[in-house]
Amino acid sequence: MATDVSAYEEMIKGLWRDNPVFVQVLGMCPMLAVTNSAINAVVMGLATFFVLVTSSFLVSSFKQWIPKQVRISLYVIIIATFVTVVDYSILAMLPAIHKELGAFIPLIVANCMILGRQEAFASKHNVKYAVMDAVGMSGGFMIALLALGSVREILGVGALFGVDLFGANFEPWVIMILPPGGFLTLGLLLLFFNWFTERRRQFLIKVADADRMLAVEKVSTEGVKDNG
Amino acid sequence: MNTTNTTVQTQEPSSRRLVMSMAIAGFISGMIIIAIYMLTFDTIKENKARELRLAVFKVLPHVSHMQKLHFKDNKLVVVKADGMDDEMIFAGYDKDKKFIGYAIQGKAPGFQDTVHVLYGYLSSNSNITGMEILDSRETPGLGDKIFKDMDFVGEFINLPMHKDIKAVKKGTKTHENEIDAITGATISSKVVVKIINQAFKKWSPRLAEQGNEPALELYEAKVNKESQ
Amino acid sequence: MDDLLWIFISTLLVNNFVLAYFLGLCPFLGVSGHLETSFRLGLATTFVLVITALCAWILNTYVLIYAPYLRLISFIVVIASTVQFIEMSIKKLSPALFKSLGIFLPLITTNCAILGLAIFATNRSYDLVEGLVFALGAGAGFTLAMVLMAGIREETEIMDVPVLIRGTAFNLIIAGILSMAFMGFAGLFSST
Repeated sequence: MATDVSAYEEMIKGLWRDNPVFVQVLGMCPMLAVTNSAINAVVMGLATFFVLVTSSFLVSSFKQWIPKQVRISLYVIIIATFVTVVDYSILAMLPAIHKELGAFIPLIVANCMILGRQEAFASKHNVKYAVMDAVGMSGGFMIALLALGSVREILGVGALFGVDLFGANFEPWVIMILPPGGFLTLGLLLLFFNWFTERRRQFLIKVADADRMLAVEKVSTEGVKDNG
Repeated sequence: MNTTNTTVQTQEPSSRRLVMSMAIAGFISGMIIIAIYMLTFDTIKENKARELRLAVFKVLPHVSHMQKLHFKDNKLVVVKADGMDDEMIFAGYDKDKKFIGYAIQGKAPGFQDTVHVLYGYLSSNSNITGMEILDSRETPGLGDKIFKDMDFVGEFINLPMHKDIKAVKKGTKTHENEIDAITGATISSKVVVKIINQAFKKWSPRLAEQGNEPALELYEAKVNKESQ
Repeated sequence: MDDLLWIFISTLLVNNFVLAYFLGLCPFLGVSGHLETSFRLGLATTFVLVITALCAWILNTYVLIYAPYLRLISFIVVIASTVQFIEMSIKKLSPALFKSLGIFLPLITTNCAILGLAIFATNRSYDLVEGLVFALGAGAGFTLAMVLMAGIREETEIMDVPVLIRGTAFNLIIAGILSMAFMGFAGLFSST
């Protein structure tokens, strides 16, 4: 039971607390380049999800046999293989979207988040934890992509997933689907995230101060179980 | 947490082992890549061919078959290979394999990036029969009207090409060789006109004499079915 | 000739690698604190980009026409090993040059601008000369963006910016404004 809880935590941490985009600021290049519409963001998110989960699975399963000296090269080969698989699959199944994403699907290889997870996590943990971590991290990446893609599409086109939202009277902010809109939206989203985290931190400090007595009591009885 | 300490990491592996592991990884990755390539090859080829065919059928009315022509040694020769370059045009034929007209491509720098245009041309009466933008990165909402604004696209249907066409301010069209430019996308409209003029100059001396057009060489039953 | 000029100006200003294609953002946001470092990183990147264009052309012409499916993996492997080889030779031959430019080389190989250049050059089927001009334009554009960014960041260092805004969010907003300014270059070549 205890292991299940921590595996679950490995997954959940990537979604919010250690979100690869908002907190670790990784994978900026695909993040900004393909988020001019929500559907592009979803396809990019799914592609990254597939590559990260399968590479983490492989790296973690074969970690005993991967010599330390050539590990980075091996990780890159594994990642590049799966990216090629994704590239050809999207080209075959969704040619219209492939045309829009274009060069940015092969560029998933250069997403530092994926290589970073192999080096920092998958190569040191069991398959189960590695996959959970990969699911969480790519989930967090997907959330960020979707947030950015939706904001940009709603403001820049007046639609979401191609469905018109505001009718003919809405004058779209074209700048939002152009490159500057990507930079500005992500900057503002990061700002919001920082503000939210800071507020939460201050709130927690206040709560901790007020309930110090209660908290001390709780730690003495349950703390051992929680930290184990 | 669940770090597995393997003995491999502490020992110094021999260089033979390093090379072996790289070779095995390379081999497996090569196998996977070739497998996905073969799996998706037909679909991708089919998608690309269909896209091109649809574009050609759109600019040339009443066409049921097409073939690629390559200008080589002062002659138009039929090519069957994949791929496309600047020295290629397409010839369209009707149901009875009778020659109808050419679909000619051209490109030039647009407002943002290169604009790639395909237009249909009847050598019998020097008329342009239609225009399609194959590729462009013009500003969404403004420049992209060159393919989204049906009034503009419609102006290229049955457009006589006796002298150079000219883009004029919307509503001031007086001659038959003038095109109403799109409001807010004057430069992009002018680029389309410029590309057609350039391609026309480049290709009209190269086209075969009337009645002497290359005959349809490859007969694709599939094409026939789809176009009906 | 016109074509080459268009490729160069287009990648330098209109379709700047960093500000319009979002390539090479890691160093752009991360290492752009100082003007001097940014400029040298830009030069080193330009150098690697030119090498990349050369490698990509050789691979495209002699290897990948037989095996197009190996494109991605061969680009990565060949570019990384070529850059590593050059890094080692610079270290041996000219320690001074290594100190000023060479230390950036391993960092640059993992930059997505490098792979992006190889893929873009292939997609647009550039020949050798076009590819090299494309690489020079991309490198110059990257250096320009880096230097502008570093200049602005050095200026804002002593400004009274709220702590909450400082960091990546602030840099992204600066980048957004820069990108908007570069949009003004659009249409540079299309006036008829």
